[in-house]
Amino acid sequence: MVERLQHLLAIEPLDREQITFILDQAKPFQEFQRFPLKKLATLRGKTVAIAFFESSTRTRISFTTAASRLGADTMNLQAEASSLKKGESLIDTVRTLEAMRPDGIVMRHSASGAPEFVAARLGIPVFNAGDGTHEHPSQGLLDALTIRDRKGTLENLNVTIVGDILHSRVARSNIHLLTKFGSRITLCGPAMWVPKELEALAPNVRRVLRVEDAVKDADVVMVLRVQTERIHEPAIAPEEYILLYQMTPERLRLARSDALLMHPGPIIRGLEIDPVIADGPQSRILEQVTNGLAVRMALLYHLVGGAPIDALHPAKERSNAAD
Amino acid sequence: MLLIKNGRVIDPARKTDVTLDVLLDGKAGTQDARIAKVGANLSAPDAEIFDASGLVVGPGFIDLHCHLREPGGEISETIATGTRAAARGGFTAVCCMPNTQPVNDNASVTRGIVERAAVEAAVRVWPIGAASLGSKGEALAEIGAMKDAGIVAVSDDGKPVATARLMRQVMDYCGPLSLPVIDHCEDASLFAGGVMREGPASIRLGLQGIPPQSETICAARDVEMAELTAARLHIAHMSTRGALEAVRRAKSKGLRVTCEVTPHHFTLTDEDVHYDTRYKMNPPLASCADRDALIEGLADSSVDAIATDHAPHHAGSKDVEFDRAPFGITGFETALALGLSELVHKGKLSLMRLVELFTTGPARVLGIEREIVAGQPADLTIFSTDLAWKFRASESASKSRNTPFDGRAFHGGPMATIVAGRIAFRR
Repeated sequence: MVERLQHLLAIEPLDREQITFILDQAKPFQEFQRFPLKKLATLRGKTVAIAFFESSTRTRISFTTAASRLGADTMNLQAEASSLKKGESLIDTVRTLEAMRPDGIVMRHSASGAPEFVAARLGIPVFNAGDGTHEHPSQGLLDALTIRDRKGTLENLNVTIVGDILHSRVARSNIHLLTKFGSRITLCGPAMWVPKELEALAPNVRRVLRVEDAVKDADVVMVLRVQTERIHEPAIAPEEYILLYQMTPERLRLARSDALLMHPGPIIRGLEIDPVIADGPQSRILEQVTNGLAVRMALLYHLVGGAPIDALHPAKERSNAAD
Repeated sequence: MLLIKNGRVIDPARKTDVTLDVLLDGKAGTQDARIAKVGANLSAPDAEIFDASGLVVGPGFIDLHCHLREPGGEISETIATGTRAAARGGFTAVCCMPNTQPVNDNASVTRGIVERAAVEAAVRVWPIGAASLGSKGEALAEIGAMKDAGIVAVSDDGKPVATARLMRQVMDYCGPLSLPVIDHCEDASLFAGGVMREGPASIRLGLQGIPPQSETICAARDVEMAELTAARLHIAHMSTRGALEAVRRAKSKGLRVTCEVTPHHFTLTDEDVHYDTRYKMNPPLASCADRDALIEGLADSSVDAIATDHAPHHAGSKDVEFDRAPFGITGFETALALGLSELVHKGKLSLMRLVELFTTGPARVLGIEREIVAGQPADLTIFSTDLAWKFRASESASKSRNTPFDGRAFHGGPMATIVAGRIAFRR
């Protein structure tokens, strides 16, 4: 039996069975996104607090839509409009939210570890929607779902991640997740963004600083956004980055011919990625977005809905009824 | 009069370790309170008897580095509460850093601390004055006037003495005053908003790392300035192998350079951090290799003192995201127990050496002697090496509870702290 999750704080502490369970549970929700009536009653009467202490568009909309499609109500906290600006502490803010009795809280925060800090103090499930430069676990799961759908497995793949790895929470979640299944990770980017210590994150992680060498034989190429807002050290000139690290058709051709091209978004066309391949046949970028909804519905269903692990899946229930 | 009977008297100044009696005489609580006699089978009909059988009797412990928060930070600690915690930790004298509000950068603040301590403190309080006005790293503080008011050293602790040029001036100025210059070694450009030591753990946690070179570069600078000026340099809360090597080189050249290590830096490493703000301090917990190097330095006499860097913060200020929490942990009440458990019982250090690091070591940094002979001040620390006990932060005498050692089990700890002939703490 799979061990039930209390919170989704990070991929690192999860085991293969827990990850596989969530991905399997997301499958019927993928199907469900194509239904004409995208509304379930599974979480009717439940409320999900969506608290973003750092700006975000896609993850916020994805979680809000996932909650809504499951029938839950959402409470939105806008960081800009909140009391944080008036000096209220994080713990006071989330306790205030908790006093309105939500059944779960989805949070993004610029401080690494903030969701864990909150989870230790509240009695409701906490979903980490990205914390500082630590992890972005739902992104890791949706990327895994996308890869598993296209490659049929998460095992023994060569996955290359290109960009500012040091400051990337997406990279950390992907590294932890994919190495748990025995895939090999190659990290590439300007040397100060790919410190050697990253190789100690998990087994089978290596850094290769020349992008042409890094993409060779890759089954998956993940391109990260250049996060100018999170850079403490002197930033690299954009022209230099484009010249040395931009994912171009020529560079992508060095990967396996059936390699997937992925990007967590938002993409900056012409900086880290050439628009030709962003829109090309190998690109899975929009599929990642759709899969994000399915994964987040599966997470909310299990952690907020509290359904038994072996319960009949709500999306299947619905499709059966439609037959 | 107080007669301490049958204690195992350890005196690092003379390297003696024998069961003896110690008689304290003179008006308790005054300068007159002195060690009157040390010997076997002493008797004094009028004296109060303290049976120290099975216990170690050492010179009074001195803490070179603490924050008592008064004036200005009384929500976290006061001279009264901090020194009670110090007494419970076996300390008979504590040196308080000047980063109070206002900063102790002039004689009136120094006198305020000294006068307050005379009324309220449980142990001796020896203030450290700021090196620069407001510790801002610009103009020299009123060091001469503060010396007259009672400071024992200068430091801009909390931050480094800002520039090599200022350090040179401070050292030049302090030389004739016989004041050691204590530096918190840190390179601002490398520190750069970091919250823990840079390494595999900071990478995994996604926390901004501080490379060890932040400390070693500044320590190397300070050693150069000490050589130039022939001043007394003391490196505070040393946490890296690199800084230790700089100190060793300086000592081998005969420079007057000393250093201290905190109990948390010889006990914990960056792998212990996770996101618990009780593990956030500056300098941050180091790598395992650096921690082991510090222990070697403690054993081979490259390190002169164990100092607590007791840094109380009230509960609310630490109950925040790791990035936002202030640096620092409390340390008085666990220092000796950590030294015994982590160093002596694990065979890294002799008991003699541990006692030295708490007594004659820090005394010499300040240019004084501490030994157990007639005529010395009546300050003694009496402790057990095997008492099984558990530290509970909730029972601490400090106003603050920010310690990673809450609930930790120990073998050995303070049993009595005698300050100027008076029992300031007794278990």
